[in-house]
Amino acid sequence: MTTTLKGIAASDGVAIAKAYLLVQPDLSFSKSAINDVTKETDRLQSAIDKSNSELQQIRDIASKSLGEEEAQVFDAHMMILADPEFTGAVKQKIEDEKVNAESALDEVATTFIKMFEAMTDNPYMQERAADVRDVSKRIMAHLLGVELPNPALIDEEVIIVAHDLTPSDTAQLNKKYVKAFVTDIGGRTAHSAIMARSLEIPAIVGAGSVTTDIKADQRVIVDGNTGDIVVEPTDADVAKYQKLAKEYAAQKAEWAKLRDARTETADGKHFELAANIGTPKDLAGATDNGAEAIGLYRTEFLYMDSPELPTEDDQFTAYKAVIEGMAGKPVVVRTMDIGGDKHLPYLPLPEEMNPFLGYRAIRISLSRQDIFRTQLRALLRASAFGHLRVMFPMIATLQEFRQAKAILDEEKAKLVAEGTEVGKYEVGIMIEIPAAAVLADQFAKEVDFFSIGTNDLIQYTMAADRGNEHVSYLYQPYNPSILRLVKHVIDSAHKEGKWAGMCGEAAGDPIMAPILVGLGLDEFSMSATSILKIRSLMKRLDTAEMAKMANKALNESLTNDDNIKLVKETLK
Amino acid sequence: MEKRDFHVIAETGIHARPATLLVQTASKFNSDINLEYKGKSVNLKSIMGVMSLGVGQGADVTISADGADEAEAIVAVEETMKKEGLSE
Repeated sequence: MTTTLKGIAASDGVAIAKAYLLVQPDLSFSKSAINDVTKETDRLQSAIDKSNSELQQIRDIASKSLGEEEAQVFDAHMMILADPEFTGAVKQKIEDEKVNAESALDEVATTFIKMFEAMTDNPYMQERAADVRDVSKRIMAHLLGVELPNPALIDEEVIIVAHDLTPSDTAQLNKKYVKAFVTDIGGRTAHSAIMARSLEIPAIVGAGSVTTDIKADQRVIVDGNTGDIVVEPTDADVAKYQKLAKEYAAQKAEWAKLRDARTETADGKHFELAANIGTPKDLAGATDNGAEAIGLYRTEFLYMDSPELPTEDDQFTAYKAVIEGMAGKPVVVRTMDIGGDKHLPYLPLPEEMNPFLGYRAIRISLSRQDIFRTQLRALLRASAFGHLRVMFPMIATLQEFRQAKAILDEEKAKLVAEGTEVGKYEVGIMIEIPAAAVLADQFAKEVDFFSIGTNDLIQYTMAADRGNEHVSYLYQPYNPSILRLVKHVIDSAHKEGKWAGMCGEAAGDPIMAPILVGLGLDEFSMSATSILKIRSLMKRLDTAEMAKMANKALNESLTNDDNIKLVKETLK
Repeated sequence: MEKRDFHVIAETGIHARPATLLVQTASKFNSDINLEYKGKSVNLKSIMGVMSLGVGQGADVTISADGADEAEAIVAVEETMKKEGLSE
């Protein structure tokens, strides 16, 4: 029977394929006494052997489809499987205590995991706890006769259905076969949503209970434009969505013609359309979609994808690749934004009641100057290869900016004294804390630019956790309160001859962009896949008319919804 | 039994990749092979054992092999230690 489910449309496009449930099976067991020790240890050995051949197979496929680096994690798993101190200890326990293999395995694994996790002075070893956990999960699944999902083995077109997707889940997916993501939880800024947009595949997040509503191998239609998920569609549904997919492809082809075009409004005003990226690998997507700049390079992935703090040279290589790759076009690099919902296994942060209001981003950088200085040196060295714009995140006060800038100047002086070449660069701040937005007129005298981070600015202005579904109605980018802050930031920059950009999701939003044109925002940075859509939209806009509309949006409209209506009617 | 002392010179100590290669080398032999550091001894065929010692730069360790192929084993381990830049 056909059913239609609804979620949050997080990445455009239409896909039709079989469902692949990326769900952890139930691995619960009960401890029991055994009589036949040989039978039990044989059962263990057989589970180990099966795990080993499975890992070997996954490793082979992963090295071909994902690359050698991603495959190495499975080598580590196989070594643990072959470790006499680990599997030997499980066997010993079965023999000594006459307990079933499941409970012996669980107890031994727990001992090792606890031991590794306790090594707080050695982040590398702490991470090994995760490896032990993964390996024992695999053996346990074979003991219990349940199947673990092995996303690395997918070899046909699928739609991934999951509760949530983590970066390590998506790292194991062969992007060639993944046609869409659907998840139970999350919002437009969830990892799965950002990943889907960079892969240019549709995604629907926050769909409630898709992992129970959708069964493995059921045929599913995902409409990433509307948030509709059709399970077991009729032939008529399939025909309808195939037509929609075709129309969407045609529209994309139309947008693609604008790839090398200058971004201009109907009255000939230029706006800079830039891309948000996370790694040097995303550069190709940015240039393919006609980005005129990189408006946000999120450097935290360098830290998150590494088992220890990335060295100055590692960082330099990445920054240089992006800056050089843009061939003179500007690149905004945001310094480390860790904390909040982003953690590093090797940099233990205190447990906090309100992590988004806590120790994160520039607050960590200013107190852990060893980490900050390494990053700044790498950036300064990379500045010689193109047009760098350094951006500090989460600035709340002028003192924070001055302190960060002084450290940057110090490192520059040191590099110059060492005879290392440093190029020209701009220094700006991200505006995401209302305190900085309100004081933008003073900040504008000291910075070279502003970039407004809408997701956090909205979350802090509305006092509404952006990950909490119960208050998601307060995510109101068009609320006049938010727009007034944005206008103050833009006007303050212009008064001092500086520029203002926006690097949050809102910059690529077809309702927000016309208002921002009216407010005179200089730079719009968004997911690469939104650039051509917005360039095509801007061709239709007249700046004087948009300015009039923006004035109404700030001074006559009372609510978020008023402004959605206002923009839709003006553009009709 | 064959025994050798090593002075660890690698900046990161016996860690990650070099540890993996040492274990792989030791696992090729039938002899019991142990790594001793600060009075603690672990099985050199156990990756978790080796890494749990946390051998850092400047550490003095002893590796011993006991069994039919102990002579070959200790030579192979010594070669790996040198090749991986763990000791001189």
